[in-house]
Amino acid sequence: MIDKFVSTRAEAMAGIADGSVILLAGFGAGTPEYLVAGLIEQGAKDLTLVVNAGGRDDGPIADLLASGRVKKLICSFVRPASVAGRLYQAGNLDLEIVPQGTLAERIRAAGAGVQAFYTPTAADTLLAEGRETRVIAGRNCLLEYPIHGDVALIDAWEADRWGNLTHRDSARNYNPIMAMAAKMAIVQTAHVVPLGAIEPANVHTAGVFVQRVLHVPG
Amino acid sequence: MFKPLDRNGIAARIARDIPEGWFVNLGIGIPTGVSDFVPEDREVIFHAENGVIGIGPAPAPKDINPYLVNAGVQHITLRTGGAFVHHADSFAIARGGHLDLCVLGAFEVSENGDIANWARSPDEPVKQVGGAMDLAVGAKRLWVAMEHNTKGGGESRIRRVCSYPLTAKGVVRRVYTDLAVLDVTPAGFVVVDMVEGLTFEALQERTEATLIRGASR
Repeated sequence: MIDKFVSTRAEAMAGIADGSVILLAGFGAGTPEYLVAGLIEQGAKDLTLVVNAGGRDDGPIADLLASGRVKKLICSFVRPASVAGRLYQAGNLDLEIVPQGTLAERIRAAGAGVQAFYTPTAADTLLAEGRETRVIAGRNCLLEYPIHGDVALIDAWEADRWGNLTHRDSARNYNPIMAMAAKMAIVQTAHVVPLGAIEPANVHTAGVFVQRVLHVPG
Repeated sequence: MFKPLDRNGIAARIARDIPEGWFVNLGIGIPTGVSDFVPEDREVIFHAENGVIGIGPAPAPKDINPYLVNAGVQHITLRTGGAFVHHADSFAIARGGHLDLCVLGAFEVSENGDIANWARSPDEPVKQVGGAMDLAVGAKRLWVAMEHNTKGGGESRIRRVCSYPLTAKGVVRRVYTDLAVLDVTPAGFVVVDMVEGLTFEALQERTEATLIRGASR
């Protein structure tokens, strides 16, 4: 019987190695905050964190960065007045800024087995300096590579024991694509439902992309 | 004498030009206000980068849904008929040419349609890119909403060449400022509209780029 549920946070976070690339989903909603606290507790270090933005002065992303376990941050923007902004300006954090659509597409590409792609986004900007560009169908394009995760931290509204997920409203955001792009997708779900309870056509993230699920009642 | 539009005035002026049926993304700043001026019976579908199709009006405090936010992480509602997609599909909407219109704020726009809206200097210590570069290259039309001149110095933001780092090259179709509406054409900026009481000459005086009189001017 396939059963991806784990019963404790420690079990959910077990085995995350130093140096891992962590994909962290969320955009205002849909951030698996309980798992982020678990990652800090688990203690893996020299992490690369991939997340939409660098967060603020408090909250899960700020807490993770302040723990000193993140070596490199890949995201679409960082507020200068934030934990991430200060760490970077003090030379204590590597930073790779990626346009948000390119970030999402690089993650999607990793999950889809796309080895690289060209996009006009950022091709005529400072972000393209020293990088490979090519004119395709008359448009200047920039070469981009996928972002693979060792671990994805995922938020769900409902989950069954196969790991089929639904995400509530705009809390979906990065969750489906990050689950696909990581070797191990760890999910916190607000609700547990029996296998078959989610209408098959309404599964947002298929269980085949999910490895562990922890019930975290909201 | 003339009176410049305030930020809501610019937003309302833009809303007048958005027809029923368009699929539209509004950037942070002045553009966010545009949807407030589209009459409810005109069906315009608004997109948010975090995967919302069909943004409705802001909720009353008692109706806030914590799972439903826009790209500025403000609480929103969903219109009947709205839908959610994941982040890669949401940016496929932006990058894949599915938006009829994107309205962005900017620091500067140049006469060949370059837009600069993400950094004031190449040396800014912390870079804040977000989704503007994706929206700027991907939408069918890009309009810009901004003040015509900088606040303190009164420098023109309508430029021959942008002085700030670019967001994208040659993509702006139209600019709405507190003074005028300008089309970006192969010949340069064409004045489509001006606030009441402003003359072409007075507008040119406040503009670094050379302006061209529109048909009605």
